[in-house]
Amino acid sequence: MAKKKTIRTIPQQRTPMREQPAHERVKNFAEVACGYSAENALREAERCLLCPDQPCVDGCPVGIDIPGFIRKLGEKDVRGAYDTLTATNLLPAICGRVCPQESQCEGVCTVGDSLEPVAIGRLERWLGDTAIAEGWVNIPYIEPNEFKIGIVGSGPAGVACAAEMAKAGCEVVVYEAFHRPGGVLRYGIPDFRLPNDVIDAEVNNLSRLGVKFECNTLVGRLFTIEQMIDEMGFDAVFIATGAGYPTMLGIPGDSLNGVLSANELLTRCNLMRAKEFPNYDTPMPIERHVAVIGAGNTAMDAMRVCLRLGAEKVHCIYRRSRTECPARAEEVHHAEEEGVEFHWLTNPVAILDDGSGGVRGMRCIRMELGEPDDSGRRRPIPVPSSEQEFEIDLVVFAIGTNANPIIGQTSELRLDKRGYIEVDEHLATSMAGVFAGGDIVTGAATVIEAMGAGRKAARSIKNYLRIRDCSRDYGTEGKFGAGMLFGLGLGEQNFARVRVG
Amino acid sequence: MLFMRLELNQSNTRPRRVTEIITLVWNWAMTMTEATQRAGFEILGREDFSELTYALVIHHPLMARAARPGQFVIAMSHEAGERIPLTIADFDRKNGTITLVIQAVGKTTKEMQQTCKVGTALYALVGPMGVPSPVGAARKVVCVGGGLGVAPIFPQARGFKEHGAYVIGVLGFRTEKLIFWREKFNACCDELILCTDDGSAGLKGFVSNGIELAVSRHRDIDEVVAIGPPLMMKACAETTRPHAIKTVVSLNPIMVDGTGMCGGCRVKVGDQVKFACVDGPDFDGHKVDFSDLMMRLRRYAAEEKTAMRRWSENCRMKDHVGSAAREPQLPAQLAPDLMSELLELPDPIDDVLGG
Repeated sequence: MAKKKTIRTIPQQRTPMREQPAHERVKNFAEVACGYSAENALREAERCLLCPDQPCVDGCPVGIDIPGFIRKLGEKDVRGAYDTLTATNLLPAICGRVCPQESQCEGVCTVGDSLEPVAIGRLERWLGDTAIAEGWVNIPYIEPNEFKIGIVGSGPAGVACAAEMAKAGCEVVVYEAFHRPGGVLRYGIPDFRLPNDVIDAEVNNLSRLGVKFECNTLVGRLFTIEQMIDEMGFDAVFIATGAGYPTMLGIPGDSLNGVLSANELLTRCNLMRAKEFPNYDTPMPIERHVAVIGAGNTAMDAMRVCLRLGAEKVHCIYRRSRTECPARAEEVHHAEEEGVEFHWLTNPVAILDDGSGGVRGMRCIRMELGEPDDSGRRRPIPVPSSEQEFEIDLVVFAIGTNANPIIGQTSELRLDKRGYIEVDEHLATSMAGVFAGGDIVTGAATVIEAMGAGRKAARSIKNYLRIRDCSRDYGTEGKFGAGMLFGLGLGEQNFARVRVG
Repeated sequence: MLFMRLELNQSNTRPRRVTEIITLVWNWAMTMTEATQRAGFEILGREDFSELTYALVIHHPLMARAARPGQFVIAMSHEAGERIPLTIADFDRKNGTITLVIQAVGKTTKEMQQTCKVGTALYALVGPMGVPSPVGAARKVVCVGGGLGVAPIFPQARGFKEHGAYVIGVLGFRTEKLIFWREKFNACCDELILCTDDGSAGLKGFVSNGIELAVSRHRDIDEVVAIGPPLMMKACAETTRPHAIKTVVSLNPIMVDGTGMCGGCRVKVGDQVKFACVDGPDFDGHKVDFSDLMMRLRRYAAEEKTAMRRWSENCRMKDHVGSAAREPQLPAQLAPDLMSELLELPDPIDDVLGG
């Protein structure tokens, strides 16, 4: 038994991750952060105190057994660590890259009280990447049942729910409107943060679990939610269509050519590969001076995409201050390194016409922070006669999204005032057997929160269908302990799947 | 205790074998899915109306069942292609097909004119998109189609007819040679007014003249539905405005996803901003800001030109290198001179109604 680790005995410094230098990476779409090596990962795993409180597990929206997989890593059992991790999260290579760890697991890490927290996200990513490289897949023995589950949307909420339901033995079909699965992971997050290969690998893992992906299918229009239940034989449906309907600026000049939503910019660049125009047919011309309005993760992605597509100068226009900026700290830091010019406490007032339908510039006004508003952030108030003009040729707005209206238009589901789907605490909608989660319920949020909603919906669907989990795990003797009867655990885990009532 | 042992032993071996079998089955299933995915959406029929206009009949039983008049699809001809919106020109529920009528005006549509042959398949096809046009209420309607708008107005005319309305068709072509689907319209219109720019068939003049004629003959028109290039739809709306006849136009601005996600298709209707893909494509013609629409349609004109030039150079090179081994060629390919003529692109606002 090794000596008990204390805050004094662990490596004091967080293991750094190699990154492409800023001046090089703005010229390519390769990943910015290059990931850990095996030595890096094992060294960083040493930094975990394996504290009994496990605040990180509570900090994780999906409740990954973080100390569990780090302990296995410490024992150099990489495969075991991967198995522990994938017991809760089937998409580690994605989550390790895109989760805002500093406000989740790493934000509450015990080590973080006095030193830098353990780099949980980087370890997760390393495990995910290692599994992809080694071709590891965890295909558990799944006893099939007669249930058929339909999932609308192949974004993070959809795939998380799909994975759970497939593991429970259901036949799962995931519908996607685009021609490739992945949802926001595919169209929204650029390659330098989440390469397409990683999405392909993770989607492939789900296919091997038995999940069927049906692309080019616009649910609501090709068939309705009601038809899925009544005619197509689905026992339950999970709606995870996302928010996605961009909020307009509502200032003069916002319909000019050269004013577009971050969604459009990112979709053209990521999904449609406009960066390879004219080898790919979709164009995305980038002008010299770009202004991106907003300072969330989407805004950061949009700015960094613009730089890579050849913009000379990229401005970030945000009406609050840096403290209120909702993007991941790392993203802001990267954007800054790459040369984005931040204008905090600045709000656009008008976009100026160049006379031929394009953009010549933008007029902005200075803001100052007043009293906190409903969101708890200090409300920005315009400073009188503080207007200034920027020379801009392209304006990208990333100021949030609204609910996508298609499901609302085509079904009887009850919506709330803002058009989001109304659900109860179990994510059940007003229609029996139909559940909804992710951005279409909560409004725009993060990838991992959506995945959390997907898993929660899966639990509710299992409850609704009276499915008990049956991951019969006949492991070593040591696993059998109290609460066992004829080798079957009394917990939910070990009951055979039966439909009662 | 013994029971437990027994079960332990059994289940130690059994799942492993089952897993192997399941893995095999999955691998097989995956190759099968890949195979069907590769097949895409099969083209069962094709008809060339002129050197520029062609119709594709595509196998998609589910979409044929779901499609309603006024809806559109987004198609991609190959993996590196762009997503283009095309109005559904016809759907056949019995045979499980939808028909798209396409005018070869840009790089993608010209390329499709060459590659989309019977037996090939489209890489992606999603729809039906947009809010269906209400065809139930009106008792007497004028259905106006100009140029490319002729094909998409057909499902609406047929829909109105099926609901018992008196349908007056007004169709505009440049010249007699370009007229198509005359019989189809004859079958669903109570009156058919043909207009040609040069007077070679029917009325000499534009569709707006045709509307004037219809309005002078009938005092009780409930609704005018107009589909065509923006300038034409604008002219139609201006013709009916003095008569205060409800006029619906079908807008088809630049789109990427067609599901309300990118906002590229935003249009000004009255004092509101609407997304043509999910709020439309039908809007009140008297409220649409057509100059805004036409300006926004020119957004990617320069890039379209680049793509077009590059593509036609490639085509000519291929013609030069491998003409011997080529399959039977289509009209546009037979005449390389025509290609260079077409390099001077028509104004993009003319090709907005991609189908």
